[in-house]
Amino acid sequence: MVNSLDTTAGVDRLPTRTRLAAWVGSTVGGLSRRLGRGTGSVIGGRAILAIDPSALRRLSHGRRIAVVSGTNGKTTTTSLLRAALSRRGAVVSNTLGANLPPGVTAALAAAPAGALLAALEVDEAWLGQVVTATDPEVVLLLNLSRDQLDRNNEVRRLSASWRDLIAQRQALGTAPHIVANADDPLVAWAAQAAQAAQAAQAAQAPAPETPETAGTDTVTWVGAGQRWTADAAGCPNCGGRIQFPDELGGAWACSDCHLRRPALDVWLEGEEVVFGDGARITVRLQLPGRINRANAAMAMAAATRFGVDRNEAAAAMAATSEVEGRYRTVTVGDVSARLLLAKNPAGWLETFDLLSPAPAPVVVAINARIADGKDPSWLWDVPFERLQGRLVVATGERSADLAVRLRYADVDHRRQPDLFQAIGDAGAPRVDVVANYTSFQALNRRLADGA
Amino acid sequence: MAPDSPGGPSAVRVALVFPDLLGTYGDSGNAVILAQRLRWRGHPAEIVEINAGGVVPDSCDLYVIGGGEDQPQSLAARDLNIQRSLHRAVDRGAAVLAVCAGLQILGRTFVGPDGVEQPGLDLFDCVTVRGRGRRAVGELVVEPGAERGLPVMTGYENHGGVTILSPDAQPLGVVRSGVGNGHDAGHDAGHDAGRDGRPGYDIDQRARLVDGVVNGRVWGTYMHGPVLARNPAFADLLLGLVTGPLSPLDDGESEALRAERLDAAKGEASGRNRRWIPPPGLTRWVRSRQRVR
Repeated sequence: MVNSLDTTAGVDRLPTRTRLAAWVGSTVGGLSRRLGRGTGSVIGGRAILAIDPSALRRLSHGRRIAVVSGTNGKTTTTSLLRAALSRRGAVVSNTLGANLPPGVTAALAAAPAGALLAALEVDEAWLGQVVTATDPEVVLLLNLSRDQLDRNNEVRRLSASWRDLIAQRQALGTAPHIVANADDPLVAWAAQAAQAAQAAQAAQAPAPETPETAGTDTVTWVGAGQRWTADAAGCPNCGGRIQFPDELGGAWACSDCHLRRPALDVWLEGEEVVFGDGARITVRLQLPGRINRANAAMAMAAATRFGVDRNEAAAAMAATSEVEGRYRTVTVGDVSARLLLAKNPAGWLETFDLLSPAPAPVVVAINARIADGKDPSWLWDVPFERLQGRLVVATGERSADLAVRLRYADVDHRRQPDLFQAIGDAGAPRVDVVANYTSFQALNRRLADGA
Repeated sequence: MAPDSPGGPSAVRVALVFPDLLGTYGDSGNAVILAQRLRWRGHPAEIVEINAGGVVPDSCDLYVIGGGEDQPQSLAARDLNIQRSLHRAVDRGAAVLAVCAGLQILGRTFVGPDGVEQPGLDLFDCVTVRGRGRRAVGELVVEPGAERGLPVMTGYENHGGVTILSPDAQPLGVVRSGVGNGHDAGHDAGHDAGRDGRPGYDIDQRARLVDGVVNGRVWGTYMHGPVLARNPAFADLLLGLVTGPLSPLDDGESEALRAERLDAAKGEASGRNRRWIPPPGLTRWVRSRQRVR
């Protein structure tokens, strides 16, 4: 484990090929950006990896890296973690949400000199590839639930792939520290591979116990909550049944095997993040909701691994007011619209808490492009019945699917495929807009264009 | 079913079977749709949700079973075979809608997570084997047989299994776009050795593909969406099995969705994710050339 910053890292000592690749990548990315084809980080990253397939590994060398993955909360948690890590030095982050290997590569290639800390968001299906290439010091595992099922066909396969990855890194002696959401059985089962592998190694060759190999050093278990439990009803370990005692997941246990929620090292109590050593840190975020306090707890647990003081981390995170346009309030026409992102049932369960109380209207924007998952049948897993008593305007490219869902939920609604007109159609001075991934991007683009 | 009591019709009971195991693709919505379409007509309806570990009652009027992942699918099949309440309900004349993994477990056999053949519920005369090619993922359009009295059907499929009907089993309809059962309407079971010699089944693109299976009041399909959201006439057909003829509803929003999805399926079918199927003449010509050599 690197405990001091390696000041020789960075672009200067990279091989010529990687430097050339980084230069081409930034040129291509810049060109793409100027042509209005997006942020340019994906195509730039692709160019880099085409010229130097090992660019991600080389660009990671000498940096202290934290990788954030999971179905929901990646971008927000990465943003909070970046804020916390900034107390220790300059931080590289793929803040544009490009979380596949090209996006991660482009972010590292574009890192300012001296940015030796990295907080990287990684798509849950690409975690193995990115961890293998970047050799991170800490990996944050947030949650796993159904999302983009046309692409990630089965959620538990992702959980199994994480578990295999962690076991493999342990076997190689390159295991990162895992900060895991103990309340999600699919995450806990994957992360327990670290402890299982270590216990097996210890049993084979009982070595003097150092702080590096103590049981508590492999995983920090965070009680981050997981309202959505439908994807973990079947035990990932034995196929038996997981029992959840309360709404936020709680001390779940399998009825058939030993799998149960691990003892917590960090948990939430109201506005406080409580640590096993007794420390209680108050976190007053500008970001709303319980889910963001949970994201902050995960980020704080990770930041302490980098030597960031917990109170300083809390203060740094409190300054974050929006994340890539999410949670901010914009003006469309004469309507003040607060922008929220929810892209799957688990995300929606947390989003209901964030909405202004009824009868405030809500605009819901649904697309079903590749990045959203091309099958929006997940709309039927969202208890939209909870929006009864207010007007909902269905918008986005798949507003027809949403309108039918709202009809069967007995929710007063109208359909307006155009995003901006939908905000006007809500007929109130203030509305909440909840958009899924690409409809949110479309909204951001239109706001940027002022159209 | 649902005999009229003096105070009005008794509630139609819709059983939602193991949604925590078989509810991955929003199929629980089918139960909501059935119940709502009754309530809007002034007919009381009740959804009876049975989660894994629970006992499925044999007294409901309609049973809805959805799609799910391999392991939970096996768990559901095991429990339903032990309980046999679904069998009793079907014997009594209850209607069943089984989608995707639900369809698969209602057959004679299906393939479990370990690749081993497992016993199904034997309510459909079909077997499901593992498809060898790519998963069938995308819009699915099905032309129901004329005897069904249903307009063209739309759904979204996502499965790796190939379902082979026995010669006597009736499919729900013919696939217009997509894969469906992944097997042909002639129920030709001669695909047991694939082109690469491995056991398994290719999705036969040349055959007249069919979707689903119908056995009396038990209906199976690969269409998610959920299927009843996109096909309200199908919902009313199932309800009609329980209640008798139903008054029409204003389904304008569902019709708009249907039109949009049927249109999208056309675009998808002409797009790149369809395998090119050579015309029979070309195939014959290539084969004749090979014989000459």
